[in-house]
Amino acid sequence: MSLSERLHPGINLAGTDPESHEAAEEVLFGFWIFLMSDLVLFAVLFATYAAMSVQGIAEGPRPAEVFDLTAAFLETLLLLLSSCAFGFAMLEMKYRENRRGVLGWLLVTGLLGAGFVGMELHDYYVMITAHGAPPQASGFLSAYYLLTGTHALHVSSGLVWMAVMAVQVAALGMNPAVKLRLMRLALFWHMLDVVWIGIFTFVYLYGVVS
Amino acid sequence: MSNRVSADLPASELEDEGHERRSYVIGLVLALVLTTGAFAVVWFDLFSGAAALAALGLLAVLQAVVHLRYFLHIDLQRSHRDDLLLILFTVLILLIMVSGTIWILYDQHMRMMG
Repeated sequence: MSLSERLHPGINLAGTDPESHEAAEEVLFGFWIFLMSDLVLFAVLFATYAAMSVQGIAEGPRPAEVFDLTAAFLETLLLLLSSCAFGFAMLEMKYRENRRGVLGWLLVTGLLGAGFVGMELHDYYVMITAHGAPPQASGFLSAYYLLTGTHALHVSSGLVWMAVMAVQVAALGMNPAVKLRLMRLALFWHMLDVVWIGIFTFVYLYGVVS
Repeated sequence: MSNRVSADLPASELEDEGHERRSYVIGLVLALVLTTGAFAVVWFDLFSGAAALAALGLLAVLQAVVHLRYFLHIDLQRSHRDDLLLILFTVLILLIMVSGTIWILYDQHMRMMG
């Protein structure tokens, strides 16, 4: 029963590819250490934002005046669907080693992710031009752009990484190294979703409620 | 390099795949419900003041758990020990840093501006 031989969180290759499965243990654990240190970075930005959104308004606009919840909701849907699409890409990789299947789902994931980044840049544009809320207006806005911008930068890096992996899948096929890299990218992508839950709740929804 | 098709998959692998596919779909559905619930709290003014903040916080924690469980496949019984300890330790560090920062800055704000 392959599902019981789990060496690490995330998709495990036991059963379909025992050799890669053994090799995955060490590199995926290392990648988890990176992911957790990345979460620590986000935690500090969240803490800064939490303090600034209450105490750092200065003469600038308040959170409720500049946030567009409809846009935040649509952005959340884009990220959620992209996470699920990446999951399906991993299943194609694990059970079928089907290059076209993996590439197709990676393309879907990438388009949804690019849509997310595009919407967020549009949000910034509207905030700066229509609401007079550039990063330098107040401590609250500096913290807002820093937190959401760091997340958007992570998603953009994920997109670049995804493009690189698509080329590797097309050129090298499903060899063990490519599989393990895809597995790490999947963890990275799902983890960004978890960070976004914090952003849409504690930045957008809290900002509008209070 | 091989291009296996689903007909070649042994029955046990098909079963495993169905299981893992279901995990992603369940995760997606639960996450959509929780996200919509959180936005509905604000859009329809279901709660006000502190009750709204508490409800939103609870929904966020639930959704984070859903993501960890169904997308990242972390589960308490079968996860590898080291990974689980790493994650739990990080959560501890995060709590100390976030609550500590907010506490200190709030206290300073009260003393200087209040």
